[in-house]
Amino acid sequence: MALLQISEPGQTPDPHARRIAIGIDLGTTHSLVASVRSGVAECLPDDEGRVLLPSVVRYVDAEKRQIGFDALAAQVDDPSNTISSVKRLMGRGINDIGERAQLPYELIDKPGMVTLQTVAGEKSPVEISAEILATLRFRAEDTFDDDIYGAVITVPAYFDDAQRQATKDAAQLAGLSVLRLINEPTAAAIAYGLDNGSEGTYAIYDLGGGTFDISILRLTQGVFEVVTTGGDSALGGDDYDRALVEWVLAKAGVAADTLTPTDKAALQRAARFSKEALSSNISVPFSVQLAKALVNFELKAEDFETATAHLTQRTLTAVRKALRDARLTKDAIDGVVLVGGSTRMPQVRKAVTSFFGKEPLINLNPDEVVALGAAISANQLSGNNSGADLLLLDVIPLSLGIETMGGLVERIVPRNQTIPTAMAQDFTTYKDGQTALALHVLQGERDLVVDCRSLARFELRGIPPMVAGAARIRVTFTVDADGLLSVNAKEQVSGVEATIDVKPSYGLSDNEIARMLQDSFSTAQQDMQSRALAEARVDADRMLLATRSALALDADLLSPNERAEIDSMMAGVEDATKHGDAATIETATKALADGTEAFAAERMNRGIQKALSGKNIEAI
Amino acid sequence: MNLQSTDFELFGIPAQFAQDRALLDAKWKDLQREAHPDKFVAQGAAAQRVAMQWSVRINEAYQRLKDPLKRATYLCEINGAPVNAENNTAMPTDFLIQQMAWREALDDAKTVEKMDKIAVQSNEYARVTLSKIEHLIDVKQNFIAAVEQVRALMFVERFQAEVEARIDQLGQ
Repeated sequence: MALLQISEPGQTPDPHARRIAIGIDLGTTHSLVASVRSGVAECLPDDEGRVLLPSVVRYVDAEKRQIGFDALAAQVDDPSNTISSVKRLMGRGINDIGERAQLPYELIDKPGMVTLQTVAGEKSPVEISAEILATLRFRAEDTFDDDIYGAVITVPAYFDDAQRQATKDAAQLAGLSVLRLINEPTAAAIAYGLDNGSEGTYAIYDLGGGTFDISILRLTQGVFEVVTTGGDSALGGDDYDRALVEWVLAKAGVAADTLTPTDKAALQRAARFSKEALSSNISVPFSVQLAKALVNFELKAEDFETATAHLTQRTLTAVRKALRDARLTKDAIDGVVLVGGSTRMPQVRKAVTSFFGKEPLINLNPDEVVALGAAISANQLSGNNSGADLLLLDVIPLSLGIETMGGLVERIVPRNQTIPTAMAQDFTTYKDGQTALALHVLQGERDLVVDCRSLARFELRGIPPMVAGAARIRVTFTVDADGLLSVNAKEQVSGVEATIDVKPSYGLSDNEIARMLQDSFSTAQQDMQSRALAEARVDADRMLLATRSALALDADLLSPNERAEIDSMMAGVEDATKHGDAATIETATKALADGTEAFAAERMNRGIQKALSGKNIEAI
Repeated sequence: MNLQSTDFELFGIPAQFAQDRALLDAKWKDLQREAHPDKFVAQGAAAQRVAMQWSVRINEAYQRLKDPLKRATYLCEINGAPVNAENNTAMPTDFLIQQMAWREALDDAKTVEKMDKIAVQSNEYARVTLSKIEHLIDVKQNFIAAVEQVRALMFVERFQAEVEARIDQLGQ
């Protein structure tokens, strides 16, 4: 909808409509929801006062499911129907998942993304994540006794396009309107930055349950500029557990292929428990009764450290790369922020401290900091707080390019480019009389197509026949502020063009989402109708109000004809709100919104030109 | 000002090679603060689209202004001396000899130390070339001579990237 009201900086378009906006940290091991209340971001507890929700979903039977603590408790008894760490499966195909042998679930190979066989049927990682998100949504709705306007959901900085899209789909399925996906380290920086009023260059070291991210950020007067980001989307606390299990099995002389699903779940649980206990003890008993053997011994912290040293080293390799990409040395870093529960491991703290030569900042709870930052961002993006001087200048984490001759990738947008961005490159035909060009869009840092992730394929047709090399085809990649890509190809001489909004190949269609929505959250018909009418009236009134104030300020941009058209559309909306049903009101409102779009664009352009010129005059 | 204004007009700075990086950074953030789509989230699709166009334009200008080589290329281009790197390879002769020597040295270098030494030499050459370019553009206004140096510097940058890649390979 084109809302015409262009507000001055510091002014909220509609001061009475305070919108409930939430930030969600959808984590590998646990998830949280936070919101800004009376100016302060805080995590929302469940009715037993717990803010963490274990990211575990159990399908009890075809109808019933458990989410969170109840599911976690059932994990050992019902391993194949109790799904944990589903985040590691988001947007992943069967070949992407390296640790398959140790997972107690039955994975099904599907194009683009795996699904899981459960007692309730086949479930996609998107559906399972949606259960977690919906639980948090209900928690927030209960807290505020109100509807949620929108949510900011955090993702690892290193998530690629498919993983981001899968997260967005899960949110939609959970009935949440996504204001923005933001990167976890950036969210942490927002939470820290606003609390401490810091300035300078910071390294955010984020070791979660399933992913590792490192981001270098520059903070100046409320602007959070992501300089570089890097990491490993398949390295986290789970891997420390797994490495410990492997070490234990080797020590006990038990072969991995003799383990039952229950054994695997029990070992995983014991490893996680020992890992956590070793954060404050120098040794803990490790005891698990397996189907064919008893494993029982005293586990020392230094053994755990040795068993996982290669993982800690892998994080530091990624840190070095991020610094090199930023063309910075370790000394240029003013502070190091630790995020993620896995940074509680003493060996990780020790390694980070000795690498940077300074003690990391840990004054915010590493479990909560990401959700808090997301809540602050959500509050800002929902227009509650447009006066606050917070601006996020984020980058794309992975390079984007297209396939060229010989299975090579030509990079068009290099990684760590600030978004939004548009970058173009010219290509030509390689055969005489060639009238079509196939474009294959890829993401990744490697030179060969096979080593990169395929995002989309499309064709430019109708190129007039020319000799090879005469056509000039400009391929433009546009990445918006959400990090989502669209690609346009245009032959410069004839003007033929083709455009595609890139959606990963598994991408759920809108119909599928609608079906899933109906399956999972059916509301009483009556309720829905009266609610729809009320919502339609509010939207119509808001649109009318915005149009009137726009006309009061900038009517000079319109010709008499254009003005008359807008006046008649406004009358149509007024009439519909008095007499019509929800559908009639929506149609009239949409007509007004569409009919004033060009006017809104003109006003916006005028506003920005004025603001930018003002900036330059001020500076002189 | 409009979307077709030059990078310099957009940033409100003189159209010259010498620039203060800290000032550019500050200007960039100031401009994004006014035009970034996030500042207009509640204001509908048309506002988002227009804000995005401006925000993209500001980022494009910033990328070009902050990189000395791109900035020099742009200045030559808007002053009627395009680089045309594909068709025109006119470069200073002393540079052609120099770069052949580097290539041979790089092929012979088998240790990180030797490669580092080549990297230091080429960095120094790049530094000197940039000051030549600054003089040619800002003092002499001789864009034809400047563009030859720009072409040479393009080669140096590609060579530097190659050296770095080799050092990375050896390091692993």
